[in-house]
Amino acid sequence: MSVLKIEDLRVSVETEQGTKQILRGVDLTIGEGETHAIMGPNGSGKSTLAYAIAGHPKYHVEGGSVTLDGVEMLDKTVDERARAGLFLAMQYPVEIPGVSVSNFLRTAKTAIDGEAPAIRGWIKDLDASMQALRMDKSFRERNVNEGFSGGEKKRNEILQLELLKPKFAVLDETDSGLDVDALKIVSEGVNRAKQNTGLGVLLITHYNRILRYVKPDFVHVFVAGKVAEQGGPELAVRLENEGYDRFLETANVE
Amino acid sequence: MAAPEITAPLTEKVAAVQHGLQAHSDGGSAFVPVQTRSERFTSTSPDDFAEVTGLEFEWKFAPLAKLKHLTAESVDGSPVAFSYTESGGATVDWIDRTNALVGSAGAPEERASANAWASVEKALHIKVTGEDGAETVVRRDRFDGSPRGAHIVIEAVPNSKGTVILEQSGDANLTENVEIVVGANAQLTVVTVQEWNDSAIHLSSHFARVGRDASLKHVIVSLGGSVVRINPSIHLVEQGASIDSFGLYFADAGQYFEQRPYIDHVAANTRSRVNYKGALQGEGAHTVWVGDVLIGPHADGTDSYEQNRNLVLSEGTRADSIPNLEIETGNIMGAGHASSTGRFDDEQLFYLQSRGISEEEARRLVVRGFLAEIIQQIGSESLEARLSEAIEAELVASQAV
Repeated sequence: MSVLKIEDLRVSVETEQGTKQILRGVDLTIGEGETHAIMGPNGSGKSTLAYAIAGHPKYHVEGGSVTLDGVEMLDKTVDERARAGLFLAMQYPVEIPGVSVSNFLRTAKTAIDGEAPAIRGWIKDLDASMQALRMDKSFRERNVNEGFSGGEKKRNEILQLELLKPKFAVLDETDSGLDVDALKIVSEGVNRAKQNTGLGVLLITHYNRILRYVKPDFVHVFVAGKVAEQGGPELAVRLENEGYDRFLETANVE
Repeated sequence: MAAPEITAPLTEKVAAVQHGLQAHSDGGSAFVPVQTRSERFTSTSPDDFAEVTGLEFEWKFAPLAKLKHLTAESVDGSPVAFSYTESGGATVDWIDRTNALVGSAGAPEERASANAWASVEKALHIKVTGEDGAETVVRRDRFDGSPRGAHIVIEAVPNSKGTVILEQSGDANLTENVEIVVGANAQLTVVTVQEWNDSAIHLSSHFARVGRDASLKHVIVSLGGSVVRINPSIHLVEQGASIDSFGLYFADAGQYFEQRPYIDHVAANTRSRVNYKGALQGEGAHTVWVGDVLIGPHADGTDSYEQNRNLVLSEGTRADSIPNLEIETGNIMGAGHASSTGRFDDEQLFYLQSRGISEEEARRLVVRGFLAEIIQQIGSESLEARLSEAIEAELVASQAV
């Protein structure tokens, strides 16, 4: 059983006003096949958590640890973490001019597996995943994310999730900006990955909506850089109805 | 008569209201244009130009010590052997300098060009007559390092369609003129590839005259050499003429690559697209791009855009990039320019690395992708493949830095 364990994670960023503490001691344990939703108001540090786990250089780890099956991730490079089995589906995927989707995916798959995939099986997997995500074959020859619509970019992220088969994925507001049809398609992709590979998911979202399609086992409320409350799926419903006001008041008192 | 000395960049001169209200970042706004580009002095005699001092705008970026002899001393203009692949669509022959074709596309604007002009007895004539787009490759790899002058005339007869590739490698100490004459309704692609030895000096002025409804694709690829300067002056002299001017360069430590595309919209309804992309890696790598677009008083309906983008891969490099746009008619379709010089986009690297791709390979992917835009425009599959490999080799070689 794989486990992703985040302990007392403290992270800062440099801003024009100086160093700013964002994460103030995050504790989370995600088991294989589990789905944890992280909800919280703007600026609570949800995306910082996602990027800090992935190793973005902009975020400075001040303390704590992130271990995957007991192995510390925080002292590894971004690509080493990915090869260890971590994946980040980004809120704003970057355009890579001149690099085709097909070349990018094959290069990534080769890097993750340590060897080039056998051509025939690879093309078959790629076609099947693209079809399931309702992506036209012509996407293979387009440059990564260049000229993609918001929904196409998100589907491209989930395509990578399905093909690269990580142990744990952080989905950073993958549902933002999607209409309900695209949301269903993307959610199905996440569910397929869970079913096929026992993927553990850390699902960061603003909205309850995606949780209708990707069922969380746990819901964590994120406020002012730490987990303020946790519960089951019913907590998400309560948040949707009540908002975050009661947490914010508490945070302000602190 | 001495050439007018230009010590300041030609600044953007906007007679019409279509373009730019804000000042430009190249610092030119403080200057008054010395002359319009079309008024620049030309002569085929080197003595008509003053001795090159390095203060002239034409020479201010170049490492003069390495190339001054090609402007000041006589060079050997006798024919040098070459080889070429026959395509059936073109003939390749020497013609006499008195042939009417010589001088039909332009005349020297600076001393090295005039020096070459004065030195040659014969010009290499590549005549495209086929209509099926056949590819003719001329290999120039037998220069020996002694100072040389040369002259090439590439002619596409009316209604012809073809590609001429100049592949250049080995030693060079060369100043030359290349004339390109594109007849009515012809479609010509000219690609010049510089893969010279590390010590090679190559100064080349290209002059193109594009006829009615004709189109020229002109591609400069500079990968090897000590000093490589290729300045194409493209004259769109008749209605419906079109130019795609592309450039791709990868300068390593100590290499100096310069290109100054000049697009002269003379006739109405002419079109130009200029796109140059360069990568710089290693101490002393220096590239210069000066893009002049002149939309003349009779060039109504002109559609024009020029851009230069540079990707800086290490410390110690320098990329000069100066776009100039002069508009002398108020009635045009469009005119724009863009220039950027930047380091790696960290977000691109993060994205690729977060998919397991090592930093080294991610950098390679980004550079390859950056330059691929130009390579994909060449239209010769075999050359595209070969250039992709050559760039790959540059990247691997420079990865050690």
